[in-house]
Amino acid sequence: TQHTAMDSVLAIRYKDGCVIAADQTNARSVLAYQHNLDKVTELSKHTAMGVSGPNADMVNFSEYISKNMALYEAMNHGNKLSVNAQAHYVRSVLAEALRKGPYQVNLMLGGYDEKTKEANLYFLDYLASMQKVNFGCQGYAGAFCLSIMDREWKDDMTKEEALEVIDHCIGELGKRFVIAQPNFIVKVVDKDGVSVSKFGADPNDN
Amino acid sequence: MSILEYNGGAMIAMAGKDCVGIASDTRLGIQAMTVACDFQKTFQINSNTFVGLAGLASDVQTVSEVLKFRHDLYELREGRKMTPRVFSNVLSNLLYEKRFGPYFVEPIVAGLDAKTGKPFLSGMDLIGAPVFTDDYVVSGTCTANLHGMCETLYRPDMEVEELFETLAQALLAGVDRDALSGWGGVVHIITKDGVISRELKGRQD
Repeated sequence: TQHTAMDSVLAIRYKDGCVIAADQTNARSVLAYQHNLDKVTELSKHTAMGVSGPNADMVNFSEYISKNMALYEAMNHGNKLSVNAQAHYVRSVLAEALRKGPYQVNLMLGGYDEKTKEANLYFLDYLASMQKVNFGCQGYAGAFCLSIMDREWKDDMTKEEALEVIDHCIGELGKRFVIAQPNFIVKVVDKDGVSVSKFGADPNDN
Repeated sequence: MSILEYNGGAMIAMAGKDCVGIASDTRLGIQAMTVACDFQKTFQINSNTFVGLAGLASDVQTVSEVLKFRHDLYELREGRKMTPRVFSNVLSNLLYEKRFGPYFVEPIVAGLDAKTGKPFLSGMDLIGAPVFTDDYVVSGTCTANLHGMCETLYRPDMEVEELFETLAQALLAGVDRDALSGWGGVVHIITKDGVISRELKGRQD
């Protein structure tokens, strides 16, 4: 059984990259610690993952993965791991930990592969199931947003179109999800790297 | 909520005349929510063996990876192909190794014996207890439905096209009464000349 996180992670794959968005609330039970948390971790120059779950596991896991990505590139003459390889690596870490001490994290891992010139997005849950998808959500957000994405996603979307769909989703959550999530951080991963498109509250403002 | 029903799935393998087929749905769900409609549950091991894994999606992926490893290493060491019967035993052994902390998968194996050309079918539970049949095997969250369909539609010695049609219809009808299975399907028919794979168009609900 896992701790039911109230985090929302949304991600959409468009023609030249991925958009990954997550709410910025850090809360436990009825107490909100902060509303400017950044839950989208940059794994390497061309990949990022939006993570949901208890803060301890979220932070520990994200840092473990991103440091191992950096180590790989350092040890392998700057050779980059493809998005597919990174997703498989994340899955293997989750699968090994599953029967020892599971990481209670659900995530969306997205990136852009320079070699094949295509964007890739992966859905992974805390049980280490993994699937390549065009769009996806983690948490309760799926109940509200997957149908919007089903309707509005199309092949060869532009970045602006993808960002618009994310906005529709965030709007829907604000309107109909009982847990108020006032702030979302939206990041874009493309050939130029991971960049922040917008945020509700500055994660560095502490 | 049983762990074996967490992600959902349906699988059939059936024997024909010098051919064997394996079919599965392609839904990946998290309990009631459908996450993807193109999740792979059948895996080609070598030119004459397929394994279908139903159960917890994470273990479907882990077991297929470990199986592939054990099979490929065998072929490298032995310098010969692994027969379907031996493969089934390898799988059974793998699962029983985890007797007190099992993989949550209930696999089926479909293969063609390279020498005799005869179909091979087996199914097993999550701790590797095998059953060998000469007509069909089923697995997943709607086995009752699938048994009913297979028992009704199966005839011995079906040719490739008949076998495909029988598998497809049995699977589609079986998953339509199961909320956790469906959302697409795939059928592979193995003959001595190769493998024919087709995607099924079914109800997306």
